[in-house]
Amino acid sequence: MKLHGIRVAHKKNTANCAPERLVIPKSVTIPMSMHIGKPANIAVHKGDDVKVGQLIGEADGFVSSNIHASVSGEVRQITERLNAHGQKIPCVVIEADGRQEKYEKLAPPQVTDFESFVKAVKDSGVVGLGGAGFPSFVKLNVYNLPAVEAVVINAAECEPYITSDTRTMLDKGEYVFKGIEAIRRYMGVKRFIIGIENNKKEVIEKMKALAKETEDVEIHVLPSIYPQGGEKVLVYNTVGRIIPKGGLPLDVGVIVINVTTLAFVAEYLETGFPLVEKCLTIDGSAVKTPKNVIAPIGMSIRDLIESAGGLKTEPSKILYGGPMMGISVPSMDEPVLKNTNAVIFMDKKEAAPPKTTACIGCGACAAHCPFRLDPRAIAKAYRLDDGAALKALCVDLCMECGCCSYVCPAHRPLVQTNVLGKGKLKEYLFSQQALQKQETKARQQEQKKKGGADNE
Amino acid sequence: MNKLISSVSPHFFSRRSTRTIMLDVIIALLPTAIASVIIFGLRSLLIIGVCVAGCMVSEFLFEKLCKRENTIGDLSAVVTGLLLAYNLPVSIPVWQAVFGSVTAIIVVKQLFGGIGQNFANPAITARIVMMTAFSGSMTNWVAPFTAKMPDAVSSATPLTAAAKGTVSMMPSYLDLFLGRHAGCLGETCVLTLLLGGIYLIIRRVITWHTPVVYLATFALLSLICGKDVLYQLMSGGLLLGAIFMATDYATTPSTVWGKVIFGAGCGLITILIRFWGNLPEGVSFSILIMNILTPYIMKLTRNRPLTGGVEP
Repeated sequence: MKLHGIRVAHKKNTANCAPERLVIPKSVTIPMSMHIGKPANIAVHKGDDVKVGQLIGEADGFVSSNIHASVSGEVRQITERLNAHGQKIPCVVIEADGRQEKYEKLAPPQVTDFESFVKAVKDSGVVGLGGAGFPSFVKLNVYNLPAVEAVVINAAECEPYITSDTRTMLDKGEYVFKGIEAIRRYMGVKRFIIGIENNKKEVIEKMKALAKETEDVEIHVLPSIYPQGGEKVLVYNTVGRIIPKGGLPLDVGVIVINVTTLAFVAEYLETGFPLVEKCLTIDGSAVKTPKNVIAPIGMSIRDLIESAGGLKTEPSKILYGGPMMGISVPSMDEPVLKNTNAVIFMDKKEAAPPKTTACIGCGACAAHCPFRLDPRAIAKAYRLDDGAALKALCVDLCMECGCCSYVCPAHRPLVQTNVLGKGKLKEYLFSQQALQKQETKARQQEQKKKGGADNE
Repeated sequence: MNKLISSVSPHFFSRRSTRTIMLDVIIALLPTAIASVIIFGLRSLLIIGVCVAGCMVSEFLFEKLCKRENTIGDLSAVVTGLLLAYNLPVSIPVWQAVFGSVTAIIVVKQLFGGIGQNFANPAITARIVMMTAFSGSMTNWVAPFTAKMPDAVSSATPLTAAAKGTVSMMPSYLDLFLGRHAGCLGETCVLTLLLGGIYLIIRRVITWHTPVVYLATFALLSLICGKDVLYQLMSGGLLLGAIFMATDYATTPSTVWGKVIFGAGCGLITILIRFWGNLPEGVSFSILIMNILTPYIMKLTRNRPLTGGVEP
């Protein structure tokens, strides 16, 4: 069985651009939530002097992440701002002194076993750098280690434009393998698979050459069909197992980790220097020269593009991430986040949304869905407010890859309706649960009454 | 600074639209139009023009009347007009062609909600209505290459000739392939219809499943019935129907297995009508009947989500 997907234009214009280090901006704004989970607790005060790599946000709770200063300077302000998801997030604004002094207490972590390895990953502040932003230490902190049969390293990079993972593998390929060694040593995993799309010939060659020097690392060349880098798609295409609905890769004995995340972990184990800067791709129709850059986290998009060569025209849309699943940002003041792997500037023509027309029933949406959902039926169920139908159609399986919306000749908002449908399904399930509770309560009361009557 | 557009992903779309799909179908139908002019003379151009214009004007006026959005830009009315014209004999009176166009667009398509909402193929249904209403002029077949003569010579289609057993009226395989015989103006030329079909499959507008299964079922069953398979395949509206009308999006299944069932059903019904029915031809009715069954076929063949064994 083959999973469906779409062939999108690759637009990997920047694959050959070695990342360029940008000039440090005058100030950075670092949000306390650049990850999935609870925002970090602010660990500094207004007026404090901070140095590069110093902890400014402490992981709060089970799923959270540490946050470090990306520039040296003075904490100017502690504010709140809306993130791209519409949540109010506390932020630390640091005015840079331009000296970029490293925090003197930073030292390579002492890693001897699994616990200290997970702690090191936690201390590094790394989150899923492929774009998801899930705190990596939570993912690696597996209770039942022997259950992990394989680690799949996600190097598919299936989104158009983005080449930051490509650059990781070309420039820091050795670290990818050092990361593999660390996982092998501290987690006891035996099998490693690196999944790469076949549009990255140079990368595949390099990784194959490196893989020869070590054992049990397979380089899996995948067809360039979006969404090859989707976790479930990648796991199916590399180890042939379907992750059950609502489950994790761990349910089929696999951990999936992004290649840049892994390389960073390995680098951290060597240097002890936390995640404070990010290699990202700057591209899009409004950009003067597409390139890869290394930017400090918290740098505003305005500073970023000015420092990276400027714009050709006024952008109409700016994206964090690729055009298939990226998030459009409301303003140029938004900061670069940990999980930002690209910033795409679209001109008016590229950003113009296509006109939505009536569904002609071609079935392209269902024929291209990797999980074989039927977006047309889901849209109908959503319109009819039919929770039971949404449940039967498994709308909660949708990973929002956007293939359906991409292929629709009528340009209907299909994936968008799926997202709304997920919300409606949740509501429906809640109401079903409440109903059930009420029923059992009523039954119990009735039984009680009966019991009482019998006693009399 | 202008305001940035904020929208949910994806931010990138395929360039294919309803309009480009319909344009592809029109391109695929064009060689057949040329063939019909060569075979039946310039009057076929008049009929094609009348049907296309009739369909577009009906759509435009109806949408104006109902204050709906004007959709003639998507070119689907042009496709309906072309297909309707291809299903008419060249000698059809112009007013009857106009009547057919109005029926196709207003009664079959717009009254059910417009593009994508109709349950039956507009061109086919209009043809069936016209066959019932104007049975005389709808079966007034004209022999090819006789357009310039003062009185068009009446002729028999290959199927009526075969049904009556008049061997002298039965065209050769080559004549069938090139369309040099009496019939509806767009159904005779096998060559151009096949070219159009191949174009549509290459352009991924249609998949091969429906036409191939339809023709294969038909060929197999006519072989079992002891008929001349090649003759039967190349005569009547079989190819026109199998390639262009059994593959209409709105009125046929969109799943692979649905297409297979649809094609097989069409093949079976065509055989039943051709060999045992009262009519010489059964393509229109077979497609219409399968159109009606389409929602059930879709229910039967819907994709199963890959839940990894978890119940929904």
